[in-house]
Amino acid sequence: MVIFDNLPLYFEAFLQTLSLLLLATLFALPLGVVIAAMRISPVGSLRATATVYTEILRNTPLVLVFIFCFVVLPILGVVLPFMFSAVLALTLYTAPFFAEAIRSGVNGVPVGQAEAARSVGMTFGQTVTLVVLPQAIRSVVPPLINVMIALTKNTSIAGGFFIFELFGSGRRLINANGDQVIAVLVGVAIFYLLITIPLGQLADALERRVAIKR
Amino acid sequence: MNAPGTPLVVLDHVNKHYGELHVLNDIDLTIARGEVVVVIGPSGSGKSTLCRAINRLETIDAGTITIDGQPLPSEGAALAQLRARVGMVFQSFNLFSHKTVLQNVTLGPMKVAKQSKAEAEAQAMKLLQRVGVANQASKMPAQLSGGQQQRVAIARALAMRPTVMLFDEPTSALDPEMINEVLEVMVGLAKDGMTMIVVTHEMGFARKAADRVIFMADGRIVEDATPAEFFDHPKSDRAKDFLSKILAH
Repeated sequence: MVIFDNLPLYFEAFLQTLSLLLLATLFALPLGVVIAAMRISPVGSLRATATVYTEILRNTPLVLVFIFCFVVLPILGVVLPFMFSAVLALTLYTAPFFAEAIRSGVNGVPVGQAEAARSVGMTFGQTVTLVVLPQAIRSVVPPLINVMIALTKNTSIAGGFFIFELFGSGRRLINANGDQVIAVLVGVAIFYLLITIPLGQLADALERRVAIKR
Repeated sequence: MNAPGTPLVVLDHVNKHYGELHVLNDIDLTIARGEVVVVIGPSGSGKSTLCRAINRLETIDAGTITIDGQPLPSEGAALAQLRARVGMVFQSFNLFSHKTVLQNVTLGPMKVAKQSKAEAEAQAMKLLQRVGVANQASKMPAQLSGGQQQRVAIARALAMRPTVMLFDEPTSALDPEMINEVLEVMVGLAKDGMTMIVVTHEMGFARKAADRVIFMADGRIVEDATPAEFFDHPKSDRAKDFLSKILAH
């Protein structure tokens, strides 16, 4: 059967999908934290910049972001390795989703918590790091994982841009095994589920733990 | 300078607007060291805003506020330092919900006053004992009753060894049977000579513990008198009207 005959190929593609996911998360999460901090900061220009960036990227199809990184940037003279461009596109697109998840978590912490922290003499930095963020993180982790699940599925776009990941492997195997299209695609789906189902369960487990603590 | 009776909190021509609303209208008020001042008035009179302005949780548009001779800094480390010396108790307790009762009381001393953990915990247990919740020290705030939470909040404020304590309607969010346990702690504090500014509707507390009653209406201080004078012989029509409404039943 085509799945078992091509396990090494699937596995190679699976690892590529996994590294797209991990690399994009590695860059998009810190960027998301920065954007979220800008959006809640008292400085108007930072807020405006972050808002514009968030709204543009969040409301643009991911394919357009990829085309920008793979086609427009080279025209402008910026030629990057394909993998680099793919991670860049995924990072730019995903960071605002991380940022929004973090921002909603911070906004979910009652204002009184920050007031109490300030009234015992904490600085702004201490208030944020000792009181607001620890409470925000509890409610933020499950939505962050949901963003990662969406990112996992979004890595498939890279398959259309010269990256040999799971979706790309599916296309190659279909070309070679036109009579077993369904089996090939089931194989691709299984490997995606190998990432997304554990992530979903992790989110559920964390959500339950947060619920008990409250 | 530290003698009882010397001015500790001084508000001089303090003004604040919320848009059209003149919420603090030319407030002049001096509170002496060791004095217990109760601020009462109808809702929207500006009494909570006044209380919050004293540790700059609310900014003011004009005028000056000085604490212990020092003008309120506008922001930054100097403001944080000053706030550490001004205890604040909120209507909705605002205990840090991710910390245990004990950690709520030790967090400020350890992170702001840089006390050692042992020192902060020893002091915290004494304070929790004093407010009667020492046996709850390892619980999370959500596991406590409202009255217990508010007493922990008082201990948290006391742990910073404040020179003045602000109470912003400390019993308004409590079930009736829990109000007294909080008021008793406050009466104890007053007897120990703590300088206190208390926004409250608890007339019994005002009579028992206050040196002065400030009656506010429409952003102004309308009366400033001893509790006996104010409750038995209010001068202004606003105060008479207010008292007749709250004492009717």
